Amino acid sequence: MSFLVLERLEKTWPDGTRAVKAIDLAIEPGEFVVLLGPSGCGKTTTLRMIAGLETPTAGRVLLAGDDVTRRTPAERDIGFVFQFYALYPHLSVAENVAFPLACAKVARAERDAAVARVAERIGITALLAKKPRQLSGGDQQKVGLARALVRKPAVWLMDEPLGTLDSSERLAMCEFLREQQLEQRVPTVYVTHDQEEAMRLADRVVVMAEGSVLQAAPPAVVYSDPATLFVARFVGSPGMNLVEGELVDGGGAFRTAGMARPLPLAARARSGPVVLGARPEFVRFDASSPLRGRVAVDAFHGPCRYAHVEGVFGRVAARRGAEERASLGDEVGLAFDPAGVRLFDPATGGRLA
Amino acid sequence: MSAPENREAFVRPPALELRGVTKRFGAGASAGRGARALDGVDLVLGEREFLVVLGPTGAGKTTLLRTIAGLETPDAGSVALHGRDARALAPADRDVALVFQNFSLYPSATVRENLAFPLAAPARRLSRAEIDERVAWAAKLLHVERLLDRPAKKLSGGEMQRVAIGRAIVRRPKLFLMDEPLTNLDAKLREELRVELRELARELETPVVWVTHDQAEALTMADRVALLVDGRIVQTGTPEDVYARPNSPLAARELGTPPMNLFDVERKDERWITADGVELARADAGAPERATIGVRPEHVLLDGGPSDAVVHVVEDWGPSRVLFAHVGAHALHVLAPRDCALRAGDRFRPTFDVRRVVVWPRA
Amino acid sequence: MRLVRVLVLVVGFLCAGLPLAWMALSSVKERADTIAQHPKVLPFATTTPAPESLVFAPTTGSWSELAVVHAGAQASFWEHLGNSVLIGVLSTLCSVVLGTACAYGFSRFRVPGEKDWLFFVLSTRFMPPLAVVVPVLLMYRQLDLAGTHLGLVLLYTVFNLSLSVWLMKGFLDEIPRAFEEAAMVDGYTRAQAFVRVVLPEARTGMAVTAVFCLISAWNEYGFAMTLNSSGAVTVPAYFAGLAGNIEGMPWPQVAAGAIVFVAPIVVFTVLVRKHLLRGMTFGTIKQ
Repeated sequence: MSFLVLERLEKTWPDGTRAVKAIDLAIEPGEFVVLLGPSGCGKTTTLRMIAGLETPTAGRVLLAGDDVTRRTPAERDIGFVFQFYALYPHLSVAENVAFPLACAKVARAERDAAVARVAERIGITALLAKKPRQLSGGDQQKVGLARALVRKPAVWLMDEPLGTLDSSERLAMCEFLREQQLEQRVPTVYVTHDQEEAMRLADRVVVMAEGSVLQAAPPAVVYSDPATLFVARFVGSPGMNLVEGELVDGGGAFRTAGMARPLPLAARARSGPVVLGARPEFVRFDASSPLRGRVAVDAFHGPCRYAHVEGVFGRVAARRGAEERASLGDEVGLAFDPAGVRLFDPATGGRLA
Repeated sequence: MSAPENREAFVRPPALELRGVTKRFGAGASAGRGARALDGVDLVLGEREFLVVLGPTGAGKTTLLRTIAGLETPDAGSVALHGRDARALAPADRDVALVFQNFSLYPSATVRENLAFPLAAPARRLSRAEIDERVAWAAKLLHVERLLDRPAKKLSGGEMQRVAIGRAIVRRPKLFLMDEPLTNLDAKLREELRVELRELARELETPVVWVTHDQAEALTMADRVALLVDGRIVQTGTPEDVYARPNSPLAARELGTPPMNLFDVERKDERWITADGVELARADAGAPERATIGVRPEHVLLDGGPSDAVVHVVEDWGPSRVLFAHVGAHALHVLAPRDCALRAGDRFRPTFDVRRVVVWPRA
Repeated sequence: MRLVRVLVLVVGFLCAGLPLAWMALSSVKERADTIAQHPKVLPFATTTPAPESLVFAPTTGSWSELAVVHAGAQASFWEHLGNSVLIGVLSTLCSVVLGTACAYGFSRFRVPGEKDWLFFVLSTRFMPPLAVVVPVLLMYRQLDLAGTHLGLVLLYTVFNLSLSVWLMKGFLDEIPRAFEEAAMVDGYTRAQAFVRVVLPEARTGMAVTAVFCLISAWNEYGFAMTLNSSGAVTVPAYFAGLAGNIEGMPWPQVAAGAIVFVAPIVVFTVLVRKHLLRGMTFGTIKQ
């Protein structure tokens, strides 16, 4: 049986805005689920309803089989990690971290051991004797995280806990959270707008937009088989290339604006208007291709480069080797690796093939 | 372009030149003590150049921009704008535009009023018609025309930042200073604006100093990157150069996600070996006896190496996978292809691509 | 729950409203009715009622007599109200303007010994003002300031300045420095940036500060009584002066005058109440 279940959960604000629209979600024991979406998609509201910080307008929250919809946050045995931590300024870092244990009346020795353990893992051992105001913003955030993680609740709820950290610190904290999860297997619901973070951390990514769940699947599936155009665009950096056009020749070829002849694809069943999607790693320069455009941007990314090619069809990014420079303004042809081509319905935004 | 103009361009002084700029804050700052925010910074910015200053929080990035803008006075060193000593110039007289990280717009004013504000400065003496024309131009360039009559506080984060940048370009200044303009935006929006703003800067042909802690911005946007750590410039160069050949372990740590793998090693014959006896890679015969070696995660191959490594965590990064592994007691990051089948707990024998290994002698 | 809420509100309203209602009633009584042994509360009588009755015959006499110069006073109520308005408004204006300017300096520049200065400013409020009433009186006599508008304007401004500096510093600290720095990089001087950018943002703070300064100057009694017993007498001092009236205290006129006197403060506070509420929560939420 699932550990945490959301049943037709719904939230409508007093002004009539439907922040969350009847979502269903089941989280298995030990699972790390990431709610991913742009600002205002309802992901934080959903999290706060699980925590009991917001009351759902309709629907139920089940935790370990009990209906907890009407219970207070304190009655739910949850750990909530906030985006901005308020540390107690009059307490030292060690006392701040120990605070949740002190509240739970854990024995002194046990408490100290737990604080030392979590401090070492997060890398704040050297700061334990300091006061919060002596710390940088990033360190304060780490202390806040330590304070939240020192206790082991039935379920973790995390609201963009790494949002204010530098990108290099964020990488280390991601690794830490992942290890923590592997060791403790506490089911976790994590909210972020950063798709890279979602891909790294999640057992399952739940992509949300406008209060609805668009897709809930493991990161690899969300990445390679997005359920909708929105997911295709939102996941991946840069997102999936999307070109509007139509399938011709019984679905065996693709045609879009400004092409001299259609681009052959592996045989597809139907003809008609489609949006063709392909990840940048499935796009390559091919001088003979009829899909032609000019190089508008050639961005270095470290291990690779992304060449953005602009044509009548819009923009397409191709992932290339770190040393394969493209000259701005050059005309190039583009070809898609058939294995990476996905087709979407331009009317509904849903997946065709 | 005609020949005389060309010659003039040739002798034209750099858009910005900093020499030995030092700035201290805190107790005793005036007496030459106090925490150093900037420590002997030298920086030259060419015409039309896009320079990204990359550094962690607290490195002195914002102080650097504020010093260039004239909002801070350096304790030592010189600031020259287009060959002119700027130390005596008030911020208003420097003809630079600064986009702040935390402040973007006057909340109660409309987008139009915000855009017109820099132009309406009494010293500028622009007519109403000229102001309107420039506001329309900037709004079009940044795709905010339909927002012109909306109050700034009703904008979304992305729209707000577009207008903030519009406020900077509307004056057509001689230099743009950008203080982490994308930091507070959603990741997806950040990615879109990176591309869009880079192209905009190219169109405007105005030099830019862009300050950030986001490596992606440094790598993808910069003509040249300057790494700033603890108030000092550690290295400058093209993104490709700084990424492939960091001049010190410090510089290596600043750039790259996941970061470069660094090991303190000793050379035994033609092998690099760590202090605790783990053999890592082949070494050149002429290499130093003691060194720090660095290898990028994408230059670690998954078999054929001299020692065993254990996979700890595997992360899915879209087009590739990242293995967090341990070789001996040392952490090792590997950027593996998407089809890599290794799981947590698996063993493999990492090989470093020796042509890409960077070696720094160690005392 | 709802019933409790209503009850609390009713009790609160009665406590606040009864004195005002009594004042309004008194203002339409004859003097004899105001000091009658049996309280008169119902203004419905047309003929002279019995002494034990609750009703009385209302009259607007006291309102028209506000223009009358009573024995023992030198001018009518309206003239004294004029003094109060002039002194209150001017001193409030001075306090807010000077306080804002001073607070801006403390908020934006590195002032040597900033904390000590601010503490000194605050320390001027530690002592009860009346403790210095005699030295001030002597000084004012020397400078010919006793019994003048200027004298009280100066005095109230000085007393309210510390409050004004501290309040305004709090408000100005909340306005990001980047607001005027952006303007300065955009080509404005600091003074222009202050006027164009900081002042509009500081409106709330200035309104809140003005309310406090005005109330304190408007109601001040001790100094007004001692310094200005001859000229430029404000309303509180005028009312107190009537106590020595040979005809006895003219209660209906005092009640009518008090209503007129309280009205501007109420109107002003209602006008800026939106700012007041924001001002009270200002600074408590910080990201």
